[in-house]
Amino acid sequence: MRISTPARLSLRTVAVLYLAVLLLVPLGLVFYRTFQHGFSEAWGWMTTPAAISALSLTLLIAAIAVPLNTIFGIICAHVLVRGRVRGRAILDALIDLPFVVSPIIVGLALILVYGESGWFGNWFINHGIRIIYAPAGMVIATVFVSLPFVVREVAPVLREAGEEQEEAAATLGASWWQTFRRVTMPSIRWGVAYGVVLTSARALGEIGAVLVVSSNVAGSTLTLPLLVYQRDSQIGPEAVSGAYAAATELIVISLAVLLLMTLLGQRREQVR
Amino acid sequence: MIYLSIFVLIPLAAVVVKAFAQGPSTFFDAITNSVALNALGVTLGASLVVAAISAVMGTLVAWVLVRDRFPGQRFVNALIDLPFALPTIVAGLTLVALYGPDSPFGLSLAYTRAGVLLALMFVTLPFVVRSVQPVLIDLNPEAEECAASLGASNWTTFRRIVFPSIRQSIVSGAALSFARGVGEFGAIVLLAGKVQIASIVIFADIESDAPQAAASLSVVLLLISLIILVLLRVLGNRHAH
Amino acid sequence: MRIDILDVGKRFGDFVALADVSMEVAEGSLTALLGPSGSGKSTLLRIIAGLEAPDTGSVQLDGGDVTRARPQDRGIGFVFQHYAPFNHMSVRENVAFGLRIRKRPKAEIKAKVDELLALVGLTAWSGQRPAQLSGGQRQRMALARALAVDPRVLLLDEPFGALDANVRAELRLWLRRLHEEQQVTTVLVTHDQEEAMEVSDRIAVMHEGRIEQVGSPSEVYDKPVNDFVMGFLGPAVRLDGHLVRPHDLTISHQRNNGDIEAVITRIVHLGFEVRVEIELPDGSQARAQLTRAQAGELDLGTGDTVYVKAPATAREKAVA
Repeated sequence: MRISTPARLSLRTVAVLYLAVLLLVPLGLVFYRTFQHGFSEAWGWMTTPAAISALSLTLLIAAIAVPLNTIFGIICAHVLVRGRVRGRAILDALIDLPFVVSPIIVGLALILVYGESGWFGNWFINHGIRIIYAPAGMVIATVFVSLPFVVREVAPVLREAGEEQEEAAATLGASWWQTFRRVTMPSIRWGVAYGVVLTSARALGEIGAVLVVSSNVAGSTLTLPLLVYQRDSQIGPEAVSGAYAAATELIVISLAVLLLMTLLGQRREQVR
Repeated sequence: MIYLSIFVLIPLAAVVVKAFAQGPSTFFDAITNSVALNALGVTLGASLVVAAISAVMGTLVAWVLVRDRFPGQRFVNALIDLPFALPTIVAGLTLVALYGPDSPFGLSLAYTRAGVLLALMFVTLPFVVRSVQPVLIDLNPEAEECAASLGASNWTTFRRIVFPSIRQSIVSGAALSFARGVGEFGAIVLLAGKVQIASIVIFADIESDAPQAAASLSVVLLLISLIILVLLRVLGNRHAH
Repeated sequence: MRIDILDVGKRFGDFVALADVSMEVAEGSLTALLGPSGSGKSTLLRIIAGLEAPDTGSVQLDGGDVTRARPQDRGIGFVFQHYAPFNHMSVRENVAFGLRIRKRPKAEIKAKVDELLALVGLTAWSGQRPAQLSGGQRQRMALARALAVDPRVLLLDEPFGALDANVRAELRLWLRRLHEEQQVTTVLVTHDQEEAMEVSDRIAVMHEGRIEQVGSPSEVYDKPVNDFVMGFLGPAVRLDGHLVRPHDLTISHQRNNGDIEAVITRIVHLGFEVRVEIELPDGSQARAQLTRAQAGELDLGTGDTVYVKAPATAREKAVA
């Protein structure tokens, strides 16, 4: 369609304004508020023991959840695309559950299963393993919510690549592992990378589920998003500054994630 | 499969069991008391409104990204993914900053329904845009050129040629927005104040040691989510043919 | 290596791809599995390769049963219709793949790859990616790749199907020459009867999961066992209840014993050949194929009444 210039300009303006007001302005404000009273104060908030341990716990949980979901994701994508088992459609639908289930419900569910009066709770407590109100529970919660991303990114790539290259490798003598390493992985690597980035973003930012299963004790079960929540809930303007500071850390991480998403997204399109 | 069960299926099953643990009548009481009903109403209503707004604005944004050319377009395109990359709690904080009591623009929407709407619009922005974009890109321009040669105005061409082709993707994106809106917690929790949102009510129930009530309300939300999931699948399958 | 296929059967759901198929492929021969889509030829090839497992029956290579053996363990080389190139590797790396899997020493790999690249004419392209090659070049790379591991059997699944006509013709000749040089037992799947006849020593004609006939190209062309084989291997027209080849028909202006009367409906000049379309007394259409010289001698015109005769051998064949 040939749209008249004034019409096109107004559409463009509306779109850009909408995005700016909804996304950019609030973000900019947080940055401003963080550094409003000077860089050193903001830095102070970011380097309290609580803040540092929150950052490391956040990264640790992600460092466990992301590889788990990546391996699961690649295997699951294989089963969905190449597998000849029945019930693939059900598996396919189940994968989407974490997309639509509210994180609060996830937290509740975990308490009901692993908590003291939960289904398996006693077994774990008797073996000295704390799941609820401990990092282990937070890891499980994070795995749940970030589960589908790698599968959903790798499956279409795998489907498009087709089985022939893998069959060719087999006829040339490659074992299952050799085929996977030398032929399959290289063809799906951008899908995996993009999926990993999405998984990481979700894992790093999780709040709803971990809020429920965490004991919110700084130093052991407080992640960075939880820190934001906690500081904002406290009374007094200073606490709010602390919240902004923690939020800024997360924003910086998110922008890095966004950059990776954009770059990898382009790589993915190129390969197609 | 086992992996899935451990992490997903068993916990969800536990919720359902707990909801009915004290009998179906307790379940129904829990979900029909005024707090629960109010929360459900507000949540569903807000999500519906947001889905509708997102459908319109998302389509517009997708159109501008696909059919227009301007400097900084790639930056704007990347920006769309920001709500995916940003933790929801940060989204909530930014919106409190802008629309809350300390707002530099003198707005005070934070603890109102408008604030909730804004928060949901933030987190659901990418769904419609990313759903419509690829379809718009793949559209064959010949159909529109043909319409133009036959005398159709731009609006008519859009209404009769373009829109039917993208309608499916708009609905998918809107459905995802709705599902996301119903379950959203992090972006809203700092903003909601006295506004009753289902996920926050569930949270309060958990904190006040009323797991059965929490589970009951959760089951309702789960049901809604499942319906959306099935709906999206059916839509997707029909489209595939 | 000799291949023996014994009573192999395969179904996909309700579809019977192969129904108790048996055949023998002689050592060092080039055999074509020829048939239309759905005849089961690709399935049979893939079963020989080990990419599919048969439901019933067995496959033997040099007398040894390999029915349940993996493709890796059969010593085969396989070439796919769409080449299956390893897109992220260079041409050289593609060809070297099988050798690197077997952990051969680097020097040996380099020498062998160089030799093969020269054989297929891709030496100048060794550093390129498959995406930068033409279809014909990709297929030659695929062949080199398969040959690199010294397979005892070479299996080709419609290798030229995705290529342009003239590239196809070129590669066909090239494959035949390669086979004569290398003498590796080769099985080729194709739906193109001209290709099968040009390239192979023996042809197995397949139809709806069964082997209809196995023989040399001239055998299956001149002595088809049934109507299907006759019709598939070349043009055939129905005359007096029998199938006859158009170029086996003789046309004359005088009626002889056993001739059939026909009216010429159209004469088509195809360069060297002339096709004479005729209408038979029962209303059916047929055609005869004459050389230019023959047509010239007869001086035919549209609307003429002529007398056609099928050769004696055709009339002796049983009706299908």
